Amino acid sequence: MEGTAVLGRLTWQVAQVTETRQETRRVKTIALDLDDWRGHRAGQHVDVRLTAEDGYQAERSYSIASAPEQGLELTVERLDDGEVSPYLVDELRNGDGLEIRGPIGGYFVWEARDMRPVFLAAGGSGVVPLMAIIRHRIAVGSSTPMRLLYSSRSLDDVIYRVELDQVAANDNGIEIVHTLTRAQPEGWSGYSRRIDNDMLREVAWSPSESPSVFVCGATRFVEAVAEGLVGLGYDPRSIKTERYGGTGG
Amino acid sequence: MQTEDMKLDGSAIGGMMLELFGREMTTAVSTCRSCGASGPLAVVDVYVQAPGTVVRCRTCESVLMKIVRGPDRTWIDFSGVRVIELES
Repeated sequence: MEGTAVLGRLTWQVAQVTETRQETRRVKTIALDLDDWRGHRAGQHVDVRLTAEDGYQAERSYSIASAPEQGLELTVERLDDGEVSPYLVDELRNGDGLEIRGPIGGYFVWEARDMRPVFLAAGGSGVVPLMAIIRHRIAVGSSTPMRLLYSSRSLDDVIYRVELDQVAANDNGIEIVHTLTRAQPEGWSGYSRRIDNDMLREVAWSPSESPSVFVCGATRFVEAVAEGLVGLGYDPRSIKTERYGGTGG
Repeated sequence: MQTEDMKLDGSAIGGMMLELFGREMTTAVSTCRSCGASGPLAVVDVYVQAPGTVVRCRTCESVLMKIVRGPDRTWIDFSGVRVIELES
């Protein structure tokens, strides 16, 4: 049976949807249960495959949102012209089956034994794998300092807003800094522009602290942040990036 | 959609590579035959809008690999890669 278990990890298997939660207007979290799930690492993703009645198949990758200690949850943003995400966000119900493959990836992964301060930069739904990292840090009781700089269009578009507010309020060495690029509520005192070099200089750790960095968002966001950090003196090898948004969701 | 938005990371082919090679491949270090740059396969540019998947070097943009999947077989052209280094 061991051989079967190994194969299960490598190929497609059917997960059961156990819960769905609306995070924002366009974003939903989907909790999944699998018979043969051997756990994941914070930052990894899975592939999801949908098959139409005529046999047409579409595959997309989605970051795992949950900590390894919390089972398997994906958070999916609905892209209006997408082939997969509208189904996941609008149609999927508790008890439905969903074909998945994974977990996948070993590069964009944070291990709790890494004691370096961590700088996380998220654009939109790029926050998902970074949330897995934050949740993992809390779940294992790590004291590694972490800072998240999170760029959203508006306050209503902030994914995990309540949980992030709680994390920040607990003062456990995790700092959350928001920037709202399109609309700000009245009295907003935070950043209200796209992430730029001045913001990185103010928020990111000093390069002298040898931080590790995880950046996730659209291509242009990721490249701007990575170039900005290198300009501040960060070692390019300490900056791990993951881009999304190209596969039509 | 802009062409630049069609560019993905190596993680986008991680699942397919896992299935084909039976192991995590995004941490494998590849060396570009054209410019000699080396790095984990997570750090390459992947284009999936072609009939197959095209993997390019992030340093010099040369084609590292082309992968075409058929219903019952897969063709992998590794001719742009000089070496792949795997942890054993």
